[in-house]
Amino acid sequence: MTAIDTPQADGRHVGRALKRKEDPRLITGRATYVDDINPVGTLWMAFVRSPEAHATITSIDTSAAEARDDVVAVFTGDDLDLAAPLPMAWAPPGIDLNMPEHWPLARGRVAHVGDPVAVVIGEDRYSVVDAAEDVLVEYDPLPVVTDPEEALRDEVLVHPDLPSNKVHEWSLGGGDLEAGFAEADVVIERRIVNHRTAGGAIEPRAVLAEERAGHLTVWSATQIPHFLRLFLSIMLDLSEERIRVIAPEVGGGFGSKLQIYGEEILAAWASRKLGRPVKWCETRSEAMMVTHHGRDQIATVRVGAKRDGTVTAFHARILADLGAYMMLLTPMVPSLGAFVMSGCYRFPAVQTDIVGVMTNKFATDAIRGAGRPEATHMIEVALDQLAAELGMDPLEVRRRNFIPADAFPYETAIGITYDSGNYQGTLDKLLEHVDVAAFRAEQERLRAEGVYRGIGFSTYTEICGLAPSRAVGPSAFGLQGGGWESALVRVHLTGAVTAYTGTSPHGQGHETGFAQIVADKLGTDPQLVEVIHGDTSQGPNGLDTYGSRSLAVGGEAIARAADKVAARIKQFVAHKLEAAPEDIELRDGRWIVRGSPDKGFTLPEVAGLAYIPEDIPEGMEPGLEEVAFYDPGNFVFPFGAHAAIVDVDVETGKVSLVRYVAVDDCGPAINPLLIDGQVHGGIVHGVGQALYEQVVYDETGQLVTGTFVDYALPTAAELPSFETDRTETPSPVNSLGVKGVGEAGTIAASAAVANAVMDALRPLGVSYLDMPYTPMRVWQAIQEGGQRA
Amino acid sequence: MSEVPVRLSVNGRAHEVDVEPRMLLVHLLRDRLGLTGTHVGCDTTSCGACTVHLDGEAVKSCTVLAVQADGCEVTTIEGLAEGDALHPMQEAFWEDHGLQCGFCTPGMIMRAVDLLAHNPNPTEEEIRKGLEGNLCRCTGYHNIVRAVQDAARHPHAGQIPHPGLSPDAEDAGRELAKEGLGA
Repeated sequence: MTAIDTPQADGRHVGRALKRKEDPRLITGRATYVDDINPVGTLWMAFVRSPEAHATITSIDTSAAEARDDVVAVFTGDDLDLAAPLPMAWAPPGIDLNMPEHWPLARGRVAHVGDPVAVVIGEDRYSVVDAAEDVLVEYDPLPVVTDPEEALRDEVLVHPDLPSNKVHEWSLGGGDLEAGFAEADVVIERRIVNHRTAGGAIEPRAVLAEERAGHLTVWSATQIPHFLRLFLSIMLDLSEERIRVIAPEVGGGFGSKLQIYGEEILAAWASRKLGRPVKWCETRSEAMMVTHHGRDQIATVRVGAKRDGTVTAFHARILADLGAYMMLLTPMVPSLGAFVMSGCYRFPAVQTDIVGVMTNKFATDAIRGAGRPEATHMIEVALDQLAAELGMDPLEVRRRNFIPADAFPYETAIGITYDSGNYQGTLDKLLEHVDVAAFRAEQERLRAEGVYRGIGFSTYTEICGLAPSRAVGPSAFGLQGGGWESALVRVHLTGAVTAYTGTSPHGQGHETGFAQIVADKLGTDPQLVEVIHGDTSQGPNGLDTYGSRSLAVGGEAIARAADKVAARIKQFVAHKLEAAPEDIELRDGRWIVRGSPDKGFTLPEVAGLAYIPEDIPEGMEPGLEEVAFYDPGNFVFPFGAHAAIVDVDVETGKVSLVRYVAVDDCGPAINPLLIDGQVHGGIVHGVGQALYEQVVYDETGQLVTGTFVDYALPTAAELPSFETDRTETPSPVNSLGVKGVGEAGTIAASAAVANAVMDALRPLGVSYLDMPYTPMRVWQAIQEGGQRA
Repeated sequence: MSEVPVRLSVNGRAHEVDVEPRMLLVHLLRDRLGLTGTHVGCDTTSCGACTVHLDGEAVKSCTVLAVQADGCEVTTIEGLAEGDALHPMQEAFWEDHGLQCGFCTPGMIMRAVDLLAHNPNPTEEEIRKGLEGNLCRCTGYHNIVRAVQDAARHPHAGQIPHPGLSPDAEDAGRELAKEGLGA
């Protein structure tokens, strides 16, 4: 078995591939997810959902359902007395968003398949489903529009009470775009469709709410317990201190649980109305229908370049299909991509123009990468298209445009400052693993045998670590949250440590990584540091987990709180040893006076000094715990170079991923095991989109991919093992030097696969093709390409 | 709805429970016996999060009726370790970081044990094919495959501690598994 538990020679725990502290409960079936919690007297919810994509509700007859013995209540939109509709949290200054109100139950009209019309509440899991089928709803169908370009023409309105389907326009640019195109020798333009996908967390959503004596406890499979508490308070008009939200074990999120869902609000509302715990567990069919989707952008990308490959201008015009309702961050997601529309390149002029439009489909919102995978796909695919146009090596085009390693911090044309990077470094490292010359020879040889193999690269940078408040606050980018993060580090009398984080993990391994950070700061073992998360009644206020922020913002907060505790330790030890606090240091697990290692204190001994104090000076507090709130000075910008190798079966159009090599740089590793895990999963999320996954609606707005039978999540059988490596370029933004890595793999992967498919197909006369590369699509392209050739 | 009695043994303990005839085995295990380690991730027998062993064969317990398990021996993730001693497959998943959110993990581990029971020395391709009916969104399967490979080096990784109730019950379970009820 792999030896991964060996302590480092220097005695530090940061940097070790420590196996996870979370795992014993997860591998033995002892973890507690929401559906594993069953308070006595729990009622169940089931929803009556619209089978129509757009219709007026002409009548709802709940009498048969209500007459059933095991039904306690049936509610419709008219019954709800909420103080506010479901939230959309982005208010960009100077931009009016044209959007409908969104309520947990439809009011008179439905706008997408799955729109909830009524909720049935009863005694058990099975009978509420029966009862929901007894609710009779009559619909008067309205015209439906599912195509975003068609929707933009406003011939069919998604919400007839609004003037238009267009939600907003938003632009971000810098440099002289016109001059850039004027000086270009070559201009290419591609329409790049980034299709709709699903989050696909294996645990569907689940919520349990219980009100007792005016206090509400909500357990939810959510990434954002603190935001959920806030919006429960607003929507239920219940003071926030009376609400406790717990995200217990959460079975994956990938952005899909970064949301305030109507079902969460309804469970809480109904629990207050009925005086009993109320629970809802989403079915997978519901998850495919009404857990938010991602991507769904049509981009027109224009690139101007000199004949030597130097890019002079880059312009992306994006039409974003936002679906029927604006949920928490729906219209904001495409804008996140605009921040990195320069990629890792010295583009002198960059412009992103976004138009958001509504359709009769469910909402899109943040899914792993949220806007950055789409932007990276545009940039990296466009650069390969440019290379083909110029007859250049795609890697040479990249090298010619890379921001050089000595140029950091680097301000891009749009005015964002990249913190650190070494893009040549990650590419060089990648090419130590991938011998391109040998590949080209093999490719040639295989083609002669009728095997079409291709290689594709993606050299990316992304923006994460949400976020510096001055960059994203209400007066800047317009986010109403998402800035700082908090931590509390408490040393107990025995020297054991509890560390509270405001982030809320769902598989990432915070309990292990954060424990490593604290252990090093305080001179203890990670096994003696318990990390508490996901409970709004525990620890300071937090802003939760999304956008690869947990380590770069939450981890830094943990480090700062531990530093504050260390400063207090120095005071206690200095007092005891009659030395100056600045002369106290941690050495080999003991706090000593510098240069005098024979006398010192272990953490439990220091805890004794702190909690059983002897004549401490006036002004010095007993006890040993500290809180830190950290507002980062800048975003962090992880980067890397990925290569995909694919085989295309020209007879069937089937694309197989043969090899995938990833070199990523997220700064110094806290725990390399966790990084590799994030990269592996991230890659497959991107590969899945490129090759298999697509949320499909037909023209009547019916969801075609309503289960895991139709929505092809990748399985082990389709994938190879991955080769991963790292470089470590510290970020100057935080004391740990770290950047996020949760989304990096996904951000890089779809473009690498797309470029590999194009590389394989180019000899067959196919120069550009959109994802997903399903056998049908690829086979058709080959036929059409062949006819042209 | 009228209920019918089901007698079965779960993780070596005998139970007699009255259930609705339509109750799924997974809900019997979770809601009636409190064994919440077995999870439900889909409605179409696609994800495998609910995989348990029925008379020694891996089945997807969301696609077995509780009444079909009458007279059978069921092993769930809770029955895999012997006291504090983890099963070699559990050890391997831990060592190799073969899990992240952990939701698919119980089913994945139960399936992997079954895989090794039938093929103690699988190739990587055989492992990947063998895990095709179990979905994971977190790991990209890379470390899961490593874990199964590492577990396969252990002589008992394909075994579980609880033999079937009786030869008859074992046969019934096999028949059930052969009918295509799950994995």
